[in-house]
Amino acid sequence: MFLKFDADFRQGLRHSVPIVVAAAPFGTLFGALAVENGMDIYQAVFMSASIYAGASQMVGIDLFGTNVAPWIIVLSIFAVNFRHILYSATLGPKIANFSALQKAIAFFFMVDPQFAEAENRHESGFRVSFNWYMGVAIPVYSCWVLEAAVGAYFGKLIKDPYAFGVDFMLPIYFLVLVMGFRKRRNWLPVVVTSGLASILAYYTVGSPWHVSLGALAGVLLAALITGGDPVAEPAEADPERV
Amino acid sequence: MPFDISDITWIIIAGAVATYATRIGGHLVLSRFQRIPPRLNAALNAVPAAVLTTLVAPAAVSNGPAEAITLIIAAVVALRLNLVAVLVVGAIAIIALRAAGLG
Repeated sequence: MFLKFDADFRQGLRHSVPIVVAAAPFGTLFGALAVENGMDIYQAVFMSASIYAGASQMVGIDLFGTNVAPWIIVLSIFAVNFRHILYSATLGPKIANFSALQKAIAFFFMVDPQFAEAENRHESGFRVSFNWYMGVAIPVYSCWVLEAAVGAYFGKLIKDPYAFGVDFMLPIYFLVLVMGFRKRRNWLPVVVTSGLASILAYYTVGSPWHVSLGALAGVLLAALITGGDPVAEPAEADPERV
Repeated sequence: MPFDISDITWIIIAGAVATYATRIGGHLVLSRFQRIPPRLNAALNAVPAAVLTTLVAPAAVSNGPAEAITLIIAAVVALRLNLVAVLVVGAIAIIALRAAGLG
């Protein structure tokens, strides 16, 4: 069988729960805003199902309401999602045990929390199996698509998303993911560099480029301070040492 | 709405193709390397923290004090509690601080 309902898959299902909880307000909000911006419910659902990348979907529906040329909209979606190139290069060696088809499928589902969960699993010494990966991916994806429909139908029932803080659940969630990697080498200098660079880019170049530029700054710093010598530094090196 | 309804569908399809290209592209490029040089390895090791930080940092400074304080609380709480607990604490913090007029 291609996919087995084994212990790995069930563990994946358990790992998907916090992701589903954190993404739910955002997925629903997307459906509500899409309809508000003139899309029909099928397009909202189709967009969540095919692009499957929240921030870029928001940028997309924002631009549908303007006179911007179609190719600029596609380019903007590409720009927001550019970070996935880095994820993909990082995750690839950890799923070397997947078949070519399994890899092709896995990369379609590689949203931010899916990537972070896979990195965490690898880091804690477990094998990232296809069954575990899809155990996480299937509920997260299904709920995301479903939420677009729910938001499109019932969006107007959410009276004041701001007062309930639903717009701010995602930054909190991403922050927790960042904190989860704090044992990694060079974590603090990378986080400080990426944070400052992204803020600087946010106010100068503007969104969405701050994501790629900020990430690039942190990644370059890590490459520079590591040095080219092939002997790895001890893993327990003080993470606060720059 | 300046776009025809079917135009939007085509833009979504093109956007989906572009997105998938980013998701598989990094792997396709990296798999051409016979062995990964140490500097590249260190760079890839930094990817999760570097990228995810950029999704948080502007949100911390471009909103009001309610949002900044909530993120500080969440960062501290994340040292001890699991993901769901931090989300609950964060939700309580943002709702309370915004209700207090700090948003």
